[in-house]
Amino acid sequence: MGELLRSLPLWLVPTLPAAGFLVLALAGGRLPRRRAGTVGVGSVGLSAAVTLGIAAGFLDRPPEGGLRVETLWTWIDIGAFEIGFNLALDALSLVMIFVVTFVGFLIHLYSTEYMADDEAYSRFFAYMNLFVACMLMLVLADNLFLLYLGWEGVGLCSYLLIGFWYSDPANGAAARKAFIVTRVGDTAMAVALLLLFKHAGTLDIRQAMAWATASWPVGSGMAVAVALLLLGGAVGKSAQLPLQTWLPDAMAGPTPVSALIHAATMVTAGVYLIARTHAVFLLAPQAMTAVAIVGAATLLLAGCSALVQTDIKRVLAYSTISQIGYMFLGLGVGAWSAAVFHLMTHAFFKALLFLGAGAVILALHHEQDIFRMGGLRRRLPAVFWTFLAGAASLAALPLVTAGFFSKDLILWAAWGSAAGCRWLWAAGAFGALLTTVYSFRLVFVVFFGDEKGHVGHPPGPRIVVPLTVLAALSIVGGFVETPGWLGHVTWFTDLTGQTLPAVDWAVEDHHVEHLLQMVVAGITLVGVLAAWLLYVRRPALPAAIKASAAGAWLARFWLSGWGFDALYDRIVVRPFVACAARLRRDPIDRIPAVLAATAAAGNAALSRTQDGRIRSYVFGIGLGAVIAVAIVVLT
Amino acid sequence: MTVLFYLAGAVALLAAGLAVSRRNAFHALLYVVVSLLAAAVVFLTLGAPFAAVLEIIVYAGAIIVLFVFVVMMLNLGPEAAPRQHGLLSPATWIGPGVLAAVLLAELVVVITTAGGDAVAGDAVGPREVSHALFGPYVLAVELASFLLLAGLVGAAYLGSGSRTTGGEG
Amino acid sequence: MSGAVLLGHGLLVASALFAIGLVGVLVRRNLLFQLLSIEIMLNAAAMAFVIAGARWGVADGQVMFVFILVMAAAEVAVGLALLLRISRRVPDLDGDAVSGMGG
Repeated sequence: MGELLRSLPLWLVPTLPAAGFLVLALAGGRLPRRRAGTVGVGSVGLSAAVTLGIAAGFLDRPPEGGLRVETLWTWIDIGAFEIGFNLALDALSLVMIFVVTFVGFLIHLYSTEYMADDEAYSRFFAYMNLFVACMLMLVLADNLFLLYLGWEGVGLCSYLLIGFWYSDPANGAAARKAFIVTRVGDTAMAVALLLLFKHAGTLDIRQAMAWATASWPVGSGMAVAVALLLLGGAVGKSAQLPLQTWLPDAMAGPTPVSALIHAATMVTAGVYLIARTHAVFLLAPQAMTAVAIVGAATLLLAGCSALVQTDIKRVLAYSTISQIGYMFLGLGVGAWSAAVFHLMTHAFFKALLFLGAGAVILALHHEQDIFRMGGLRRRLPAVFWTFLAGAASLAALPLVTAGFFSKDLILWAAWGSAAGCRWLWAAGAFGALLTTVYSFRLVFVVFFGDEKGHVGHPPGPRIVVPLTVLAALSIVGGFVETPGWLGHVTWFTDLTGQTLPAVDWAVEDHHVEHLLQMVVAGITLVGVLAAWLLYVRRPALPAAIKASAAGAWLARFWLSGWGFDALYDRIVVRPFVACAARLRRDPIDRIPAVLAATAAAGNAALSRTQDGRIRSYVFGIGLGAVIAVAIVVLT
Repeated sequence: MTVLFYLAGAVALLAAGLAVSRRNAFHALLYVVVSLLAAAVVFLTLGAPFAAVLEIIVYAGAIIVLFVFVVMMLNLGPEAAPRQHGLLSPATWIGPGVLAAVLLAELVVVITTAGGDAVAGDAVGPREVSHALFGPYVLAVELASFLLLAGLVGAAYLGSGSRTTGGEG
Repeated sequence: MSGAVLLGHGLLVASALFAIGLVGVLVRRNLLFQLLSIEIMLNAAAMAFVIAGARWGVADGQVMFVFILVMAAAEVAVGLALLLRISRRVPDLDGDAVSGMGG
């Protein structure tokens, strides 16, 4: 059995969704709904099944060096520049393809019901399948060029799906914003790839990393430059400071899209990229510090913004930004495995929360304002319990949730690793308080209190089943890695340790670790209590805070995401538009126009000399002779 | 002989000057003939008898006679050329005169700075010339014969007149 | 026997002839006179060759004279034939009137 599983071809994993996309795209909406759904869900489901088989084979007996490479064909071969179309599977890719295919499958299944009434049903699944194929290509790529192909592919799908309901211009604007803002990061990443290729002479990830480790001393300028440029790419894709502005607007897309692309998979591609190129970051301590600071700053900023949002999806969007901030914090302090662990658990609970939010939105006839919801606990019990599980996991309630274990690992590393410091821990701990408050604010406001809206028909099994599975994963998914005093399971770290280096601990004292865990657990419970006080016990209190001048200003400021949109509008968009308006009449064309006018005038002047009179020609020849002889005489 | 050279040179220049300023085509032709004959004398004084003889036979004899034929065919008599009346007005002479004067002045400067040598004066007779022509220059002679043939054909075609294939007929 | 003739003087005569010919071409509008002036210029150039050949006592100057002569003969033959044709359209042989260009 093990042999059979190990012989499962890796290329099937991305090819199945790609085939699904091709079938749906070529059919062009002529397939019946039922069949289109079957193709869309089935292709990803088969891919997930193959992934499970491959994972079983991989875990049963890991291949040599923890790496399995499949060479499909040579893509580009120009002299010394050779790019193979190779897929590589190691522990990191394994986690990623598991998340992408498994969570992706659940979201596809959910979409068959969520999108059931949509006209462009088949187009939706075509885009989603293409996205899954590109994402799998991204995480399985053996070289950075192929990775970049997947990277841009998911960016394209993100654009297409944010603007899925394109008849509303606002959706198109949001899609363009997402595409353009991430393009800023992608440009930095392309420069990083070119630099790496120029120096290392290869884009093969393992060769380039080995070359960098062997050739660049720690802290060398080129290593720092490449690492910072790669960070730029990751920041754009993962919506971190200062390129985070696109993600809240990306909620214009259908809710399953937000769950799949803007919570579970694509936005974590930046985390994957940094983990994948960790060798370069290890050579650049300054860049590591930058990653940690970006993460810490982002998680605080986004956490504050999430507190005051009223659109359920925007709360979750800011929460996603904040949680990816945690992952960056983990990467920045060298806790690679912890970051990937949080990536996985976050994929579970954030997909769950989005899907739950989608179920609520659907039941309330596309109502997204949380203050027009309420009391849904009794009307939608399945959604309530699963959403509660997701929110608890997001808030990292101690012991019972997956989020607790992954976030705890990151926070402990932020304190105790060689690259960490107390301020980073403090930021993370304060962020944990914010996280708890905003997630339980969501739960209390949406599911408790008085019923306010008319509730439509309750969700069907194709919505409830994915919610239940994801809720279960959000609860038990953390037990693959537990702290020392709770069984000391290190299964996940052992797995990713085949690919990623271990944390460089500076503090080994386990008493400190336990104490910090207690503190964070306490903070979490305080947060739940605070949310309960504010939104169930004394609902007048937050209103009173909002009514005060400072409170109102702060609420507005946070609601607008710390004014980044206005800032960028002022320093980038408006100057650019002004430039474009000025260039509209092509002022630079006036310079070549002068040349053209000169040529025309010269032509007019010279054509006057061509009068057909022999005498003037002879005069010209004579004048030429005079000048020629004059040159001889005078020199 | 030196005196003869300067005398002949002066005559050549004077005759040429008169030739270009005549209204009457016949008069002009006769002055050209005088100029050419004077040039032949110049050649003789410089020890180039062959050139002198050719000058008289071909230039004065053949080419100018061709001109005379044309003048007679076109009937350009003394009363012809109604447009030539502006000929003596100074305005027409200023531009060309200045240009030619400047050119001449420049040439004078060049010649006086480099041409201080005396001419050897040893006669180079027809024998040496023919040796040179049919020795090293034989290819050029053949090419010259081509040129003459082409001129002959061209002149015959253009002069035949009645045919309309090429030009305005 | 004529050692006193300076090379420069001979060339001066040739240059002056050339300049006179040039003035003739420029001043006259009659094509016949222009052709005649061109003959004077050609003759001046040929004279320069003969003088230079005489300075070095070699035959090459006279050889070039012969070639110029040949060229002049061919040119006159063709030129006069053209003149005959043009005279049918422009009886007074005004060179400026022949131009059909608008420049």
